[in-house]
Amino acid sequence: MSATSMTTRTIDPGATRSLHNYVNFEQTVRNSFTMAYRGLLKVKRTPEQLIDVTLQPIIFTLMFTYIFGGAISGDIAGYLPIIIPGILAQTIITASVVTGVQLREDMDKGVFDRFKSMPIARIAPLAGALLADTVRYLIATTITFITGFLMGWRPDGGLGGVVLAGLLVIFCAWALSWIFAFLGVIARSASSVQGISFLILFPLTFLSNAFVPVKTMPEWLQGFVNANPVSHLITAVRDLTGSGAITGDLWLALLGSAVVVAIFAPLTVRAYMRKA
Amino acid sequence: MSTSSEWAVEAHGLVKTFGSNRAVDGVDLSVRTGTIYGVLGPNGAGKTTTISMLATLLRPDAGTATVFGHDVIKEAQIVRQLIGVTAQFASVDERLSASENLVIFGRLLGLGRAEAKRKSAELLEEFSLTEAATRPISKFSGGMRRRLDLAASLIAQPPLIFLDEPTTGLDPRTRAQMYDTIRRLVATGSTVLLTTQYLDEADQLADRIAVIDSGRVVAEGTSNELKASVGSSTLQLKLIDPADVEDARRAITSVLGVEATIAAEPGRVAARMTNLDNVTDLLITLREAGIRLAEMSVQKPTLDEVFLTLTGHGVDETKEADDASKSEKVSA
Repeated sequence: MSATSMTTRTIDPGATRSLHNYVNFEQTVRNSFTMAYRGLLKVKRTPEQLIDVTLQPIIFTLMFTYIFGGAISGDIAGYLPIIIPGILAQTIITASVVTGVQLREDMDKGVFDRFKSMPIARIAPLAGALLADTVRYLIATTITFITGFLMGWRPDGGLGGVVLAGLLVIFCAWALSWIFAFLGVIARSASSVQGISFLILFPLTFLSNAFVPVKTMPEWLQGFVNANPVSHLITAVRDLTGSGAITGDLWLALLGSAVVVAIFAPLTVRAYMRKA
Repeated sequence: MSTSSEWAVEAHGLVKTFGSNRAVDGVDLSVRTGTIYGVLGPNGAGKTTTISMLATLLRPDAGTATVFGHDVIKEAQIVRQLIGVTAQFASVDERLSASENLVIFGRLLGLGRAEAKRKSAELLEEFSLTEAATRPISKFSGGMRRRLDLAASLIAQPPLIFLDEPTTGLDPRTRAQMYDTIRRLVATGSTVLLTTQYLDEADQLADRIAVIDSGRVVAEGTSNELKASVGSSTLQLKLIDPADVEDARRAITSVLGVEATIAAEPGRVAARMTNLDNVTDLLITLREAGIRLAEMSVQKPTLDEVFLTLTGHGVDETKEADDASKSEKVSA
């Protein structure tokens, strides 16, 4: 510790500074982006965190296609347009669970005490985390599409349909991540977030039209599957990639996402503010 | 008189209850601007809870506190612009490097990209961390973490710095460096409020000390005032020939004017030192009487004794008592 630099500097006295007791919108956005940058830096430092959005979509796509392809669609090529949107939805919803788990882990660390003692927007650590995770969703989406393409999937919806489908899925995952962020904020530990989240995750993804045609399911189950917003999301993605068509399912998926955000964003922010 | 420029911290009747435990039970503190203020007490006394309330991390259940005249509850966001907090456990991101941490904190505090980098480099240099700047923090030693943590608290050059047990777990050399750093902070115009378990540390650093126990301030004053209230140091003698113990005791009574205590261990005698000059006389008397010493040491009042004197009960944890009762031994 060299003595030179510190002694040349003097501190402005506390009583003479002009200060404000609020955080304006511009600072809130800036703080959130800095927090998102922090999230991305952490990913860069621990790339193994990306396994669920890199290796998992590849393995799942290969596995599900070769296991179910013959049984459900008669051949692999025929199954790809069905399974790729299904795998995509499943992967990306799983990835949104990680948002909650990591938020909990993060909040348990000492660095959050520092954030709390700093004059920054209270919401920034939360908003930053959710923002950074959209990058993870983007990676997962890209990898799933590329894997499908390499396996012979040729979407008739063209590049435009595929890009639009990708954006739709990323938005829905971001919306769903508010549920898991809420669990992350209120849960006692990261493992309990994971436990509870998977209880929500499995019915949502498997009780949908992701892997098998709905008409093969018992009738009572079909009711749930058809109401499941994830089914609408998957149908919307199939329509977009398959023909580039924007159907009612797309609007239903967007509506479902909006409802989730409308409920869980305020809940999460309130719970977080109470803790922060 | 209490103007906002004179007092960095003013707290009245702070209370924080966790369940049925009154962690902080009516604490009053006044910290003068430009001084080092020590909050001394054992684990669980309420030191960290008190600091957390002053640093806007916890909301007090009762009482008021201001930082440079700004209310910690109503004007929390202003208070946060005036303080730097170094908590007991490193408040930095373990998965990022030292410089990445500092740059992010700088950006959050409103510095531009280049400015945040420059500030980070400057602080790393100042705290001898330049070489470790890009190493992951998980590989840092305890002392390096503490330094980085303190560096992170200084980015905004806050006029008030909270240090929660800044030297706990540091080796003696790093501890001395931390003392220098803290003194330099005050020399540049900052005010420091630190907590410690060690009387010696508060003694060396703090202009004023508050002794806190079970959530209450049990004594407050300068280190000299406190020590006077606790009592004097003890002279410990070990005689080569245990048979001389009675003679030694008589010599102590006549020269020092106090009653010596004879320990269970053969040849060990202890006496309160009220006047240091008399100790010289005692040693001469002992030599003239042919009483030879195997060991001589001076034991300062320990935190345990401070507590015993001030509260009527000792420090519960034995570990702390051990730490605090390190006596300075002079082998003869």
